[in-house]
Amino acid sequence: MNQWKNFSKGFIKENPVFVLLLGMCPTLGVTSSAINGLGMGLATTFVLLMSNIVVSLIKSQIPDKVRIPSFIVIIASFVTVVQLVMQAYMPSLFKSLGLFIPLIVVNCIVLGRAEAFASKNNLVTSAVDGLGIGLGFTFALVLLGGIRELLGSGKLFDITIYSENYVTLLFVLAPGAFIVLGYLIAIINRIKKD
Amino acid sequence: MAKRESTFINMVLTLLVVTFVAATVLGFVYDLTKDAIEEAKMKAQSEAIEKVLPEFDELGEAYKVASAAGDSLEIFPAFNGGQLVGVAVKTFTNKGFSGFISVMAGIDMSGNLFGYEVLEHAETPGLGSKMNYWFRNAEKPSQNVIGKNPQSYQFEVTKDGGDIDAITASTITSRAFLDALTKAFEAYNNTNEQLDN
Repeated sequence: MNQWKNFSKGFIKENPVFVLLLGMCPTLGVTSSAINGLGMGLATTFVLLMSNIVVSLIKSQIPDKVRIPSFIVIIASFVTVVQLVMQAYMPSLFKSLGLFIPLIVVNCIVLGRAEAFASKNNLVTSAVDGLGIGLGFTFALVLLGGIRELLGSGKLFDITIYSENYVTLLFVLAPGAFIVLGYLIAIINRIKKD
Repeated sequence: MAKRESTFINMVLTLLVVTFVAATVLGFVYDLTKDAIEEAKMKAQSEAIEKVLPEFDELGEAYKVASAAGDSLEIFPAFNGGQLVGVAVKTFTNKGFSGFISVMAGIDMSGNLFGYEVLEHAETPGLGSKMNYWFRNAEKPSQNVIGKNPQSYQFEVTKDGGDIDAITASTITSRAFLDALTKAFEAYNNTNEQLDN
């Protein structure tokens, strides 16, 4: 399998947010700013990469009937590692992501890739897949967060672009997440068609 | 390598090994990050104390005081050259739009609010999150709480008959914020009474 193709499919062709529509809960919840999206995306990427690697390494040792609980324990462990490290070295990011970090455990993308990909492929392919899907997820969250932050608070990565008097507050609130996501999915679908 | 059969023994052993390894790794990481997490928390706290009080060179030992609402608040006395210059009260409320809000409030020697800093909150970005600067806007006296105290000022939003203008479209957050400040002053007054006795 072509590794570059395997890696790049996560960005457009099989983008977890825009095409597979997986992991909607953190997608809609944390993207009120670009930096939140970036933090969440990178945390998920790390978990995806590590869990894909471990799952593909031990896949032949795990009996079929207990594979899902085993995968969940592995994923939950990596999530807790991320949570502890973030709390220790990036307290402000941890504060704004808060609840959504432990929720990576139940993010369908992570378990989905472990089950559908890593448990059937070798180490290198699985690692590349995890990295590609993870960065595709990050790309989607940053795009979504960036647009919402720009329209909703007039800033981008906390740098003021235009005056707060002209912002549409709706976009940093919950409905804004749905509206922006809807338009982005439509645009990606149009691009994919060509 | 052939796939392992799903026999009872195999399943038990697999789960045992997986959870054991996971627990070991987590214990190790927890130990590794424990000090750094504690340090980060302390740092955030002491930075907040510095922001809400007049200049000081020594921080006294923190003590806990029960407020009227029955919760205990932490109080940090600050000294400059041995002279008490004010106390910082770590106060909180559960009445926020998204629950818990924690605020560091600095009270100077004349019993007025010297400064405040929101430590923790989950309020709506762009609305309730404005509280960290809304209530200290020196150009708008009707929404400014700095230099005031609950004895001469009603620490409630104007809608409830108070003297403070609420954040536009965030009355609940504003109420919660003022509730936290009121608690801080209650705790502060309680300590003074205890000292007087």
